Amino acid sequence: MLSPARSATATATVLRSLRASQLPIRRYGLGAGGDRLASTLAILEQRDGKLSQASLGAVTAGKKLGGPIHAFVAGSGSKSGAAGEAAKVDGLEKVVVVENAAYDHGLAENWAPLLAETIKKGGYSHVIASHTAFGKSVLPRVGALLDVQPISDVTAIESEDTFVRPIYAGNAILTVQSSDNTKLLTVRQTAFPPAEAGSGTAAVEDGADPNVPSATEWVSENLTKSDRPDLGSADRVVSGGRGLKSKEEFDRLIPPLADALGAAIGASRAAVDSGFADNSLQVGQTGKNVAPQLYLCAGISGAIQHLAGMKDSKVIAAINKDADAPIFQVADVGLVGDLFEKVPELTEKLKALK
Amino acid sequence: MATKLRILVPIKRVIDYAVKPRVKADKTGVETANVKHSINPFDDLSVEEAIRLREKPREKPLPVEDILVVSAGPPKTVELIRLALAMGADRGLLVDVPESQPLEPLTVAKLLKAVAEKEESNLIFLGKQAIDDDAGQTGQILAGLLNWPQATQASKVEIDGDNVTVTREIDGGVETLKAKLPMIITTDLRLNVPRYATLPNIMKAKKKKFEKKTLKDYGLEAFGRLKTVKVEEPQPRKGGGKVEDVDGMIGKFKELGVL
Repeated sequence: MLSPARSATATATVLRSLRASQLPIRRYGLGAGGDRLASTLAILEQRDGKLSQASLGAVTAGKKLGGPIHAFVAGSGSKSGAAGEAAKVDGLEKVVVVENAAYDHGLAENWAPLLAETIKKGGYSHVIASHTAFGKSVLPRVGALLDVQPISDVTAIESEDTFVRPIYAGNAILTVQSSDNTKLLTVRQTAFPPAEAGSGTAAVEDGADPNVPSATEWVSENLTKSDRPDLGSADRVVSGGRGLKSKEEFDRLIPPLADALGAAIGASRAAVDSGFADNSLQVGQTGKNVAPQLYLCAGISGAIQHLAGMKDSKVIAAINKDADAPIFQVADVGLVGDLFEKVPELTEKLKALK
Repeated sequence: MATKLRILVPIKRVIDYAVKPRVKADKTGVETANVKHSINPFDDLSVEEAIRLREKPREKPLPVEDILVVSAGPPKTVELIRLALAMGADRGLLVDVPESQPLEPLTVAKLLKAVAEKEESNLIFLGKQAIDDDAGQTGQILAGLLNWPQATQASKVEIDGDNVTVTREIDGGVETLKAKLPMIITTDLRLNVPRYATLPNIMKAKKKKFEKKTLKDYGLEAFGRLKTVKVEEPQPRKGGGKVEDVDGMIGKFKELGVL
């Protein structure tokens, strides 16, 4: 308690320390060139000691904020593997690592207390994860523990407290200002490309491990194996829809075209629901968001839920027999015709170009 | 004797998925007046899944004691809760919140925590996201507030006594998790195909128990951590550039520098 008898100097000292303990509050309203005190924790994902490139979008987003960026990795082999990889990424001041197999499967029940502890200890003003299945599952739970309203699927950072994100399946773009002391963000992968490994020499430091057991037990996983580029980060994507009529036709026509272009394969929800393609290939509001250089689709009408997942592609090309299909309203290159003729022809001609 | 299931199913009234939302001219939001609204599609799956637990498997039905459908929204939300009752839920609860005061996921989660505690729920099905704000947070925040296990984006749910096994969709495939009740599950599209409410069931649903409450009844007030600065139309794409044949398409690719 402050007593009135205290000297002005002492009061000022106390006030300063009080303010210092509330840095995140004081920070707002300082314009460019002001005393920027943002400090960011970028949560990275790793598997068997190998860093997930996709999760490095969190570092890219952190760079937009100014202040120092610390990266965080946890799980088996993260100390010997992923942390070292992360330390090379340019722009990182420190890599905080927790080596504990309990965090291997990204279970929200033990990850949330782990992150909450790390965030409190480091006094971070911003915590960023990629908008992946992991980020989506864990970060809101951290929000519950810190009493913070998280902001998901951020596509642009306007300032330390103002963020842009799509709503209504990308039919509207929302700019929000957060009044929370700690900003919890998940960022869209296609809007924040992975930060690249460079000549960085960030310090690697052990983090605190609260060791809260998970009430959920991980049993198994079944990942779709593919030699093709990853859908979420591919430069080119070839996508098929209901117009392909069957799984046999999908498998006959789409993979060769994708191979001719060195592209990843995607699918519309209709194609996935009809069993033509695996659901991990789904592009759209409820599937993956992609923004490749070229998005080439065949037999997709262009429902708004699908457009939400691909309309930030640089060039959109469509083959569809219905000249009035909505896909042609967004396609830069549209070809009206029967995909059963056009796709094989295109595949052959592209191969001939190589 | 297995634990009796007291299932809570929160639903949200949103602009119908087939309607293309229009951004208001003053950039304050999306036009909602005179626009068709429906149950958020993912919440429809939650209602369906809760009902199926009671019905299936027929030879060994689960001890579902109660399925309570709750929503926070304007008075019109009543119609949608009634639809969920007509699908097969037991009771409805509307927490009256004016349309002008949409709640953030954190507030909704705090409300749902209070409801779940009062109603002694031990299983909560939420949609994985609402198709209006696309936040995808409420289930996870609620699980954190209650300190219950969570399984998000579920495509398969199996319950045996107190044990719950959930297959969830992750990037690149699926994974299977196991936990014990009480638990939070958020539903993904492939979990089931929701049924339609039949007319006789819609009539019967009118007699089902329905309560109306306010945030205050749960000791809560509407609060917001996020301020809407503006809502804008996305950058329109030009599109419409059609080519005659495959050669034209390849030519255009070269011209645009993507080949």
